Amino acid sequence: MKRFAAYPLLVAGCSGPLSTLEPGGPAAADIAWLWWGMLAGAAVITVFMVGLVLLALGAPRPVREGRWTLGLGLGLSMVILTPVLAAGLWVGERIIPRDDGVVTVEAHAWQWNWRFTHADAEGAPVESENTLHIPAGQPVDVLITSEDVIHSFWVPRLAGKLDAIPGRTNRARIMADEPGRYAGLCAEFCGQGHARMRFDVVAHADWPPVLNGDGTEAK
Amino acid sequence: MTDAPVTSAPADAASDIPRNPPQRSLTLHRALARVWANDRGLWGQITAVSHTTLGLRFMATALVFFAIGGILSMLIRAQLATPQGAFLDTELYNQIFTMHGSIMMFLFAIPMLEGLGIWLLPKMLGTRDMAFPRLTALGYWCYLFGGLIMLSALLFGVAPRDGWFMYTPLSDATHSPGINADVWLLGVTFVEISAIAAAVEITVTILRQRAPGMKLTAMPLFGWYMLGTSVMMLVGFPPLIAGSVLLEIERAFDWPFFDPARGGDPLLWQHLFWLFGHPEVYIIFLPAAGVMSMMIPILSRTTILGYGAIVAAVLGLVFLSFGLWVHHMFTVGIPHMALAFFSAASVLVAVPTAVQVFAWIGTMWKGRPQLVLPMYHILGFFLTFVMGGLTGVMLAIVPFNWQAHDTAFVTAHLHYVLIGGFVFPMMAAATYWMPLITGKRRIDGLGEAAFWVILIGFHGTFFIMHLTGLLGMPRRIDVYPDNPEWIWLNLTSSIFGFVLTIGFAMFALDLILQATLGKRAARDPWEAPTLDWAMPVPAPNYNFASLPLPEQAACGAAQAALTLARGEGVLPGAPRGRREVLVSTVSGARPLHVAVLPGNTALPLALSASIGGFVLLMLAGLYALAGAALVPVAVLIWVWARGMAPSGDMAQVQAAPGLRLPVHFRAGVTLGQSGLVAFLVANGTLFASLLFGLAFLEVVTPGPAAPSASVEHLTMGWAMGFVVATAGLGVLAARASGSGAALAGLLVNLLALAGVLWIGAQLDDPTRHARDALRAVVAGYVGLHLLVAAGMAGFVLDQLRRGEITPDTPGAAPAWRLWQEFTAVTTLITALVILVQAGVV
Repeated sequence: MKRFAAYPLLVAGCSGPLSTLEPGGPAAADIAWLWWGMLAGAAVITVFMVGLVLLALGAPRPVREGRWTLGLGLGLSMVILTPVLAAGLWVGERIIPRDDGVVTVEAHAWQWNWRFTHADAEGAPVESENTLHIPAGQPVDVLITSEDVIHSFWVPRLAGKLDAIPGRTNRARIMADEPGRYAGLCAEFCGQGHARMRFDVVAHADWPPVLNGDGTEAK
Repeated sequence: MTDAPVTSAPADAASDIPRNPPQRSLTLHRALARVWANDRGLWGQITAVSHTTLGLRFMATALVFFAIGGILSMLIRAQLATPQGAFLDTELYNQIFTMHGSIMMFLFAIPMLEGLGIWLLPKMLGTRDMAFPRLTALGYWCYLFGGLIMLSALLFGVAPRDGWFMYTPLSDATHSPGINADVWLLGVTFVEISAIAAAVEITVTILRQRAPGMKLTAMPLFGWYMLGTSVMMLVGFPPLIAGSVLLEIERAFDWPFFDPARGGDPLLWQHLFWLFGHPEVYIIFLPAAGVMSMMIPILSRTTILGYGAIVAAVLGLVFLSFGLWVHHMFTVGIPHMALAFFSAASVLVAVPTAVQVFAWIGTMWKGRPQLVLPMYHILGFFLTFVMGGLTGVMLAIVPFNWQAHDTAFVTAHLHYVLIGGFVFPMMAAATYWMPLITGKRRIDGLGEAAFWVILIGFHGTFFIMHLTGLLGMPRRIDVYPDNPEWIWLNLTSSIFGFVLTIGFAMFALDLILQATLGKRAARDPWEAPTLDWAMPVPAPNYNFASLPLPEQAACGAAQAALTLARGEGVLPGAPRGRREVLVSTVSGARPLHVAVLPGNTALPLALSASIGGFVLLMLAGLYALAGAALVPVAVLIWVWARGMAPSGDMAQVQAAPGLRLPVHFRAGVTLGQSGLVAFLVANGTLFASLLFGLAFLEVVTPGPAAPSASVEHLTMGWAMGFVVATAGLGVLAARASGSGAALAGLLVNLLALAGVLWIGAQLDDPTRHARDALRAVVAGYVGLHLLVAAGMAGFVLDQLRRGEITPDTPGAAPAWRLWQEFTAVTTLITALVILVQAGVV
């Protein structure tokens, strides 16, 4: 829970099993910081703009055109937007998958279930429905595919979402700092069963996990 | 008298035009009202082509659809108020949210802005009607019939249910059986005829019908905004139309454009959809920003700050908006470095928006803003739109988008942008222009109350929805039994949603009360300097008894209204008993000729009804009959074109002392030719969208490669060479004159068409692979254009036989030439593309 503890601002209202604001891994944590930073900036800008509008309600003032259109419109907005864009690209580069031989698992979606596959100690594939097993504390790549329509693989506490598109394989990187169970869902509308197309990610301290025949963890 | 055509007006600049002598206003009014009036009674509603009538009707119909879309949103909010809502079943819920989005976009926002442009532009630019009154009416009927088809589907429980962006494969025949998806594809495409029609005539009206001497660089900013909008519509809608046609063909005939098993690609749909969908956001925002740029200075008793900067910002927005569609697709697996480009473009688009917002606030600083009702809504705009813009910048940041995409955060953002950036400005505009629409004054109090209820209801509904999304709630779910943490958020949104609805109902009631019980309004209630108020209230159908000269326009609406009503401007009255407007040069608005506009006719209704018959037969799956239903469509288009044949009094018109102008039958570039150029821009974009599809499938799609073609390249090459050569001969024929050339043109086009049909018969089975299917579509596109070219050659031949084409009156010949050239070029490009793809070149 160390990343959770890193948010003094966090009130109970921002937590939840699917909350992007209660990150359980580095990618979600980076994005959450990005969000709090942008929220603070947006709040300041909103107050500034509303203040400018309210001040305009008084008597006429002499105005210089360039100050408003070039100074504020072009200048100020570029000064604000450039670092935001740079921060976004920097975070994006940090969290995307790269070729570094991490553990790879598979997520195959169909209306309206998920089939996950990981390798056991001998390297043989182990399939499980609607529960994805990953090691805790290390990055994992998920190869995402779809059987029928477009779905989207999303574990909000671990990382952003990535679509499951028929005919394509997408690679997402997730990581859970601590062992535990993380809720996931299909984020792209996929028909009648969309709302119930949920799954769990179980992060194990010991890898590969020893599972019972029904996919539950052997104790 | 001599009837020699005059190619240039005697006056070098419009400022040299002298005034006409004053006449009795009432006499002028009676003559004009008789010529420009709608027919009486219900029949008059059917045959009306007046921009005032149709613009208002567009807006009123859009308001009805807004109310229907609003009721659907209340059903959604009722369902989501509790986690296990049993109010709607999933199937119905999916239909309702799909229809809510589709109605608000295609049946409310776009028709509303079209109606606003159609109603307001001629008044603001100083002319009497839009360039193509029959096209205005055609657009309206297509909008109404298409909208009714979609609404009926909702009543019969077969409405579209795949989300308003209709992603395949969810919307294909396998995963969405039944006619639900067809209703969307055919219905929306039917409605979009009105968008293309409006875009064509708005472009031409702004460029060629401004009051004499109203320079492009000095026209009211609303003109610039609508010009940007209409150009975006010409280029933005064709990808959607192309995508819809392809998807409908896939559903109906199993041609696999989007099927990954046969070389198609679901992402091709997303690209085509968002190539439309993102410019669409600015298509909706720009007209709203346009009315803001008019109202803010007038209601602040000053002039706009930074006219040039605002025009530059509009042009920048138009350009940038075509470079950021991929930000709707950040989660489809495109490499991060490519996303960085679209992220930067999406962030950058905030800059021209900021320039406008600061110019408006600066204008308010410069003047003394009056806290009248339209200003309330303008203040509501500032608060709401600024917040929506800021969340838009957040969503443009790729990693944040990966979390927020497809969640309630996006729902909140888009409502902030669309209600903040479109609905608040439209409410400001409605309260501002109501006196001109109805001739009545507002009843104080209710409108202000409605504003506050709407503001509170809106922010109460959508502000916390950002948090709902960040807590993980995806869009388009109907139940959330496992997430008690979302309950209070959703319940709050639902309660305030009903407050918002009550606010809109109060707003509508205020408009109705003003129209029915309001006291008579004075002319020019806002003391505006613009021409839209330089007329009686309510506005007469003809707008101006005479068209304003620069010095008249400069002295304020109230003063200008008097001299214009007395006929002191250009082209006073209707002495020839026909509807006349002035056509002028693009940049300086120097008068060139007088266009005689068509009068009341039921032809637009008949044509759109026959197109509606085609759409219904397609929906019923009776494809052979649907093909036959195109015959009456073609016949009516011929009748339509006959209505443009040179006829009536061809004498020059005395528009002002010393200013004699030819009628358009004898003039150089007519409105019709300008309109055809605008249409060909849209048509060329459609063609480019198909080529984009071919290239995308070839380069990007990972699916199985196309099997090699079964016909020999050499034979195919000769056949294509034959088609290109005959289409090229058609150009030579169209450029020559005389019956022989027209007959030759008809024959070579038919020969070329026969060539295309032969090639079509040799092409591989289009159901085999997406590339073969798309190739067949491109061949069909070329064939259709050759068929139309043949028809136009035949039409010109007919005009020659009737003696309508003379050295002075070119008739339809220039239009045929333009079309033939376009056809020859697209034929050549098609042949080259296919040869390159086959590895021959």
